[in-house]
Amino acid sequence: MTALLFELLDVEKSYELRGGGAAFRPGPKRRLRALDGVRLTVARGDSVALVGESGSGKSTLLRVLMGLTSPTDGRALYGGQDVTQLKGERRAAFQREVAMVYQDARGSLNPRLPVLDLIAEPIRHHKLRAGPAVRDRVLELLDQVGLPAATLKRYPSQLSGGQVRRVAIARALASEPLTIVADEAVSGLDVSTQAQLLNLLVELQRRMGLTLIFITHDLGVASFLCDQIAVMYLGRIVETGPTRAILERPAHPYTQALLNAQPRFFAPIAQPLQGEIPSPIDLPPGCRFAGRCPRAVPACREDDPALMPSGQGRAVACIRPLTAAA
Amino acid sequence: MSETLLVDKIARRPAWWAGLGSYIRHRPFFILALLVTLAFLAIALLGTAVTPFDPTFQDMEAPMSPPSSTHWLGTDSYGQDLLSRAMAGARYAFLTGICSVLLGALGGLAVGLMAGLAGGRTEWFLMRIVDAILALPSLVMAIAFIAILGQGVDKVILAVGLALIGPFARTVRADVLQVRALPFVEAAGLMGIGKLAIVRRHILPNVFFPLVVQATIRISEAILVSSSLSFIGIGIVPPTPDWGLMIAEGRGFVSFAPWMSGVPGAALAILLIALAIVGDGIREQMDPKQRAGH
Repeated sequence: MTALLFELLDVEKSYELRGGGAAFRPGPKRRLRALDGVRLTVARGDSVALVGESGSGKSTLLRVLMGLTSPTDGRALYGGQDVTQLKGERRAAFQREVAMVYQDARGSLNPRLPVLDLIAEPIRHHKLRAGPAVRDRVLELLDQVGLPAATLKRYPSQLSGGQVRRVAIARALASEPLTIVADEAVSGLDVSTQAQLLNLLVELQRRMGLTLIFITHDLGVASFLCDQIAVMYLGRIVETGPTRAILERPAHPYTQALLNAQPRFFAPIAQPLQGEIPSPIDLPPGCRFAGRCPRAVPACREDDPALMPSGQGRAVACIRPLTAAA
Repeated sequence: MSETLLVDKIARRPAWWAGLGSYIRHRPFFILALLVTLAFLAIALLGTAVTPFDPTFQDMEAPMSPPSSTHWLGTDSYGQDLLSRAMAGARYAFLTGICSVLLGALGGLAVGLMAGLAGGRTEWFLMRIVDAILALPSLVMAIAFIAILGQGVDKVILAVGLALIGPFARTVRADVLQVRALPFVEAAGLMGIGKLAIVRRHILPNVFFPLVVQATIRISEAILVSSSLSFIGIGIVPPTPDWGLMIAEGRGFVSFAPWMSGVPGAALAILLIALAIVGDGIREQMDPKQRAGH
């Protein structure tokens, strides 16, 4: 039996918007649903990729997961306890066991501290090493992410984008976490660096049973690193399951569209998805993908499909899934 | 032949020297202003050791004499040597300028930090007080404080320093609000770093450097305000050689002895302009965004 680390129970996060009215007269209240009934469980040792277009709520989901934003409805649990209510020892444990890599890696590093102090901060704070051993540990971490020892004395402003990302990852590893939560941690890196970091993460995962929650745009990264995948669209998870099965035989038309949009060697991009992702403010009834779905039938615009298990650990939110038709 | 020699010469020149050379060529005004400021500072530090006369020595033989070979820049109505007095005045200018800015910066740091970190009612209350202070020009504020505190060098420093707390507090608060919202502060919180440590290690250093830059720029304002106080006659008391005081003393004789106000006036103007240019230069250097490109 595997212990559940993270549980999101019907999490909803909505923002009230005002505006659009004339000067000094606020417009009607509107709700933006960034997350709308998300269920997700992550067990120890799992690796989950969150994929989806910009604005689909991936980053909000991560913030709710980390307890940085409290959901308007539903609960986010860590080890069975509400993540925003963790107290004392449990809170300290959460802070050490879960490390986050920010999408804005440069912004997540204090520009006034050299790399040594940046990476040493969690080591010293959690008292994982003492005295000169701290420096050795920092050097070891820098080596793991492929940065030379000379980086130690550099400030973030003296490093390139790729180097800053690697420092951010080294710092996340510094607290010897059980879980790494990463928002686009390897995107924008050159391919060889990306490969090095992905190999490092896979190795840590195998050796220490590291749990990974990874936001990525890159389905290739998702398939290499993560056993599970969750495809998000407009604040909902529309399809989840084992990565290999889903990428080989997608059930949701949106997953299919994402796969089609992935560039391949010597092939034109087939059937790009029509239209923009609609605004998450005041959504129409029915399936939220219906407007862009090539397989939509009139029923799709009336019934909002829930995420239903479809066997083999997979779940899909669609009334006309591709797998059923085949 | 000559070409190879030139190349040889360039190659042998040390890198930092070449860097300094290009720096001088690109920013001649900054270097000039820096040299002027340093000269004033040196005179202020050396004091009576370098003045040709004792600044309070009264040469009864030559009152109000125009510039001559004995008194290079002339004398005032008591026969005191103007060059010596102007040089000695630099000490008071820097003393009041630097001390009052330190006072204002520390006070502003405390108030701004408190307002920026506390938020809510505390912030509202503190910032309304600062707004009220800022509604008055710093000279008027300083006059009000002098009216309460009385006259003298230490009182002037205190008055000008208190008057400067407002503008410093406002910039510090704005910086705190900006830094607080940055991801690295949130990241430190996620790691479980304590609130005090976050303020000390992550917020303060990022607020402190802009404050230092702000302070160098405000020194000239502080000098101007303290000189104005002396000029009005409520700041530093005679016979202390203070520029504002000297300008005021020479005011009545400006039609036939213009050097009496002219010498301290020129000293004040030159120092203020030099300080303003130096302050701007330092601000450009300290900006981490501009520095990142190098």
